[in-house]
Parts: sequence; structure tokens; C-alpha cells
Amino acid sequence: MSTDPVPPARRATGTVVPGWRAMWLRVEGHWAWYRRYWRSSLYSSGIEPLLFLAAMGLGFGSQVEAGPATGGHSYLHYVTPALLVAGAVMSGMGESSFPVLSGFKWQKDYIAVTATPITPGQLLGGQLVWLGIRLTLSGVVYGLVALAFGAWLRHGAVLVVAVGVLAGLACAAPVMALAAATYDEGRRFIVMFRFVMVPIMLFSATFFPIDRIPIALRWLTWISPLWHGNELARAAALGGGDPLAVAGHAAFLLVLFAGGVVLARRLFYRRLVV
Amino acid sequence: MANGGDDGDPRLMVSGKALVKRFGGVAAVDGIDVEVRSGEAFGFLGPNGAGKSSTMRMVACVSPRSDGELRVLGMDPDKDGPRIRARIGVVPQLDNLDAELTVRQNLQVYGRYFGLSRAHVRAKAVELMAFAELSDRADDPVDPLSGGMKRRLTIARSMVNDPELMLLDEPTTGLDPQARHLLWGRLYQLKQQGVTLIITTHDMHEAEQLCDRLVVMDGGRIVAEGSPSSLIARYSTREVLELRFAPGEQDGQVSPVADLAERSEVLPDRLLLYTADGEATLEAAHARGVRPVSTLIRRSTLEDVFLRLTGRSLVD
Repeated sequence: MSTDPVPPARRATGTVVPGWRAMWLRVEGHWAWYRRYWRSSLYSSGIEPLLFLAAMGLGFGSQVEAGPATGGHSYLHYVTPALLVAGAVMSGMGESSFPVLSGFKWQKDYIAVTATPITPGQLLGGQLVWLGIRLTLSGVVYGLVALAFGAWLRHGAVLVVAVGVLAGLACAAPVMALAAATYDEGRRFIVMFRFVMVPIMLFSATFFPIDRIPIALRWLTWISPLWHGNELARAAALGGGDPLAVAGHAAFLLVLFAGGVVLARRLFYRRLVV
Repeated sequence: MANGGDDGDPRLMVSGKALVKRFGGVAAVDGIDVEVRSGEAFGFLGPNGAGKSSTMRMVACVSPRSDGELRVLGMDPDKDGPRIRARIGVVPQLDNLDAELTVRQNLQVYGRYFGLSRAHVRAKAVELMAFAELSDRADDPVDPLSGGMKRRLTIARSMVNDPELMLLDEPTTGLDPQARHLLWGRLYQLKQQGVTLIITTHDMHEAEQLCDRLVVMDGGRIVAEGSPSSLIARYSTREVLELRFAPGEQDGQVSPVADLAERSEVLPDRLLLYTADGEATLEAAHARGVRPVSTLIRRSTLEDVFLRLTGRSLVD
């Protein structure tokens, strides 16, 4: 029998979860939410490409002759890979703007998570891994819908999903950094959607080749992550990509992603450890 | 060595020396010394902006100190943040539950961040929902719950890792009396189980109810320290006599009675006389011909101490 006046020993059950597993726990947290909403989420990621493929690939595409502009392919074959990448870039940017700002500002769940052994860096990693999973899932759904349209020509087309994930994450990471540095209601995201995302969609050789874009505007295309993604996706789906160009496009997206992650990590810490 | 940390006095859950937190050039916490022992319920009292929450954030290892020494569970928050956070429970001032998850999921998901197994958090969630009287809402989303329910869930969530030390930042602010009393009961239960509690509040009644020992902070510094009763003994008198006068008559009544008390205070609507024996002081005042409209004799409270130490002017 102890005569110690202090109450009996109580030892907390919590432990520190190491790096990758910690990120994965964040994914698990999102999964708990997703399990409740996956139907509506997958439905929308299936219905959207259906509409786009129907409108652009079949409707508009019926007016476009296969020719040098489309690399000799039908318009459906030409536009399908780029639409997947464009969708991934859009949802990558969207999911990294207001939802991430909410984690800091409205719902404050980032503050709750970083009160546990999870660090801000692991939280960011978890967000990116989760986004990667979402982009993979919606890419696969899109791919299957497109398959039903007969929009894929070769097996290499499965790589288009990976390209979409890479392009989506490359755009998401810098936007997450921006969200971490946003303290107001997020008006800058509206500006970003209007003046960055829309031009990216229109001038990234998604719907027509880069040589139709005026020389004076072509620099916009060159710096657009979506253009690099589109070029990669078409190389995978249609073949005939120049290895050097492919490597260059991939490097552009990887550098953008890495730079975005480094910046976002710094800003997550600045926001959450004050 | 059971309750405490990895070095130093194992009974010390928190020890801070000359602790400073600066934001830009402004010192929110301006050199405080604080020690919290195992099993204690310790309070930080102070007006808004006194530095209570900044201190709590440093102890919670989410805000690095600007200067001074700090050990939590015997460890250095700068080096061992995650290890310390694994063993503490944090209840923030504003609820930050995951509104889109259910009550149960909030507890389970949060528990997993502490490295607990799925089976463990499943059982723990059931136990905590019973503790927080939320079992019948287990599978409801959090969003439509009342403020008191959300607060209870936030407190339950902070206990998912069976913390040795709990940090509660204004745990009952904004709750109705029923919800407040329920929470006080729950916190008292935790204390009985040997959990060390650190509470910030500006509810003096709460501090008297819950805290074994407390410090009063003002302007980033500690201005008084002790148990609620020792603080009352030191900074106030045993009783307070409150005299109310008809409008306009108060000013003339102050000087005849001021010397009857150890200290007096003139408020717009009444006169407070701090005295050991309210009954005797009232008789003496009557003997001097003072005729208040109404009188009240009450025991001194922590609120009297608080107002004396931090002043009556508004701080925002």
C-alpha cells in the first residue's frame, strides 16, 4: 500500500504516431466523412465528365474534322485526355481554396488536429494524400465513362489518370499555401478562379492546339500547368510523345508541386504555431 | 515516478519561469512564474487580454515561448511538442468539432490521432458519450447539437487519450446554468480521478467552485496567487456591506461611514463597505444617522478580489 497522498498513477494512453502513418490518419479522418457522402460525390464526378464528353466530344466534336490540328485523331480522342486533366486541375484548386481556409478559420478543424501529436506538416501531408486519392477516384470514374464512349485508343491511356493526379496536386499545393496565408473571408479565391483558373482552362490547349493561340499570348500557355498536363496526357492517350518533351512537362509539374509543398508547409506552420 | 514527467520533480506537471510571449513588440505574457502540481485544479483568472490564453497555448505546445523556461510533464515544448501533446487534453475556447461528422465519429477520428487502435477508440467513444450524456445522439451529426452538447462533446473529445493534464480555456463561457453545472460536475469527477486540470476563466464563481489554487493575471503578469479562500483573506475582508440610497442621495452619505470599514468603494448605484463584521458596521452606520433604501450583507467573494486587483475599468 502506498502512502503517497498523490492520486493513483494515471498514464495517458496517447502516443506519437510517426510521419507517414500520421498523414494516413488524417486521410482516415476524411474517409470517415467520405463514407457518408461518397455516393453524391462519385455521382457528381461521374455525371460531370458525362456531360462534358457528350457536349464537347460528341456534340461539338461532330463539327470538327480529324486533321493535322488534332494530330489526325477524331476530336473525341483529342479532347478526352485533356478534359480529364482539366477536371483534376479544377477540383485540385477548388478543394485547396475555401475548404482549406475553413480548416484554419471557420470550422477550425486544423487547430483541433494540431492540438494532438499530429504536426502541421503531417496535417498538410494528409490533406495532399487525401486530395490525391480523391483525384484518383474521380479520374478512374471519368476514365470508365470515357471508355463507354470509346474515347480511348490505347492501353497507355491508363496513365492519363496519373497525369491528372499530378497536375491536380501541382496546382493544389500552391493554392493550399495561399489559403494558409489568407486571413480574410477569401475574396482572393474568387479573383483566382476568375483571373487564373478560367484563363488556364481556355488557353492551355485543352480544346484546341497551342499553335492556334496567338504568339503574343503563348507565354501564358507555356507557364500553365494544365498545358503541361495536357501534353503529357495526350502523349499517354494518343502516343507519339517526344521523350524529351515528356520529361520536360513532367519536370515542370513536379517542380511546381514541390515548390508549392515547401511554401505551404512553411505557411501551415506560421499559421498554426504562433 | 508515475504522474509527472521525464525529469525534474515528477509531481510538477507544468513549471514556467520568467515565461514571456511576445507578438511583434507587444508582450502578451510578460515574465510569469507558474507551477502546477499533479492532481491539482489550477486556475488562470484575468480580464480579456490578460495573457491567459497565450499562456495556455504555450503549455499546449502550439505556441513557442519568446523567452524564459517552460517544462510540461517534465519535457520541453520546443523539442517534445508531439510527445507532450500525446499525453494532454485540450479544450479550446471555441469549439472546433468536425461539424460534418457524427458525435461518435468525432471521438473515434480524434482518438486515432493519438495512435490509439480502432478497437480502443470504438470502446472509448461509447464510454465518453455516456460521460458527456450524449449516448442518445451518438450517430447524429454534430452541426444541429445545442451549444451545451457541443461543449460537452469537445470536453469528451479532449479526454479520448486519458490525459494526465487537461487544459480548459473558458470551458463554460456562453452556457446556460444547467449546462454549466453539469460540466462542473464532470470536471470535478475528473479531478477525483487524479487528472490535473488547468482552467482559464473570468467567471469567479467557476474559479471558486473548481480551483484549488489560482493566479490572477493582468496585463501579462501575475498579480496574485493562492487558494480562493486565501486570496479572499488577503485581498478582501470577510464580509461586504452594500448600501443603496435613493437617487442623488448617495454622495452625501459616503463621508459619514467611510471610516467604519477597512475599505470602501463608491459605485454608481451603491456604496460598498469592506468589513469583518457586516452586522456591526450596519449598526454603526445607522447610529450615525445614515438611512439607506436597502442594505445587503454578504461574504466576500473572489469577484471582490478580482475587481480590486484588476480594476473596474473595461479592458478590451
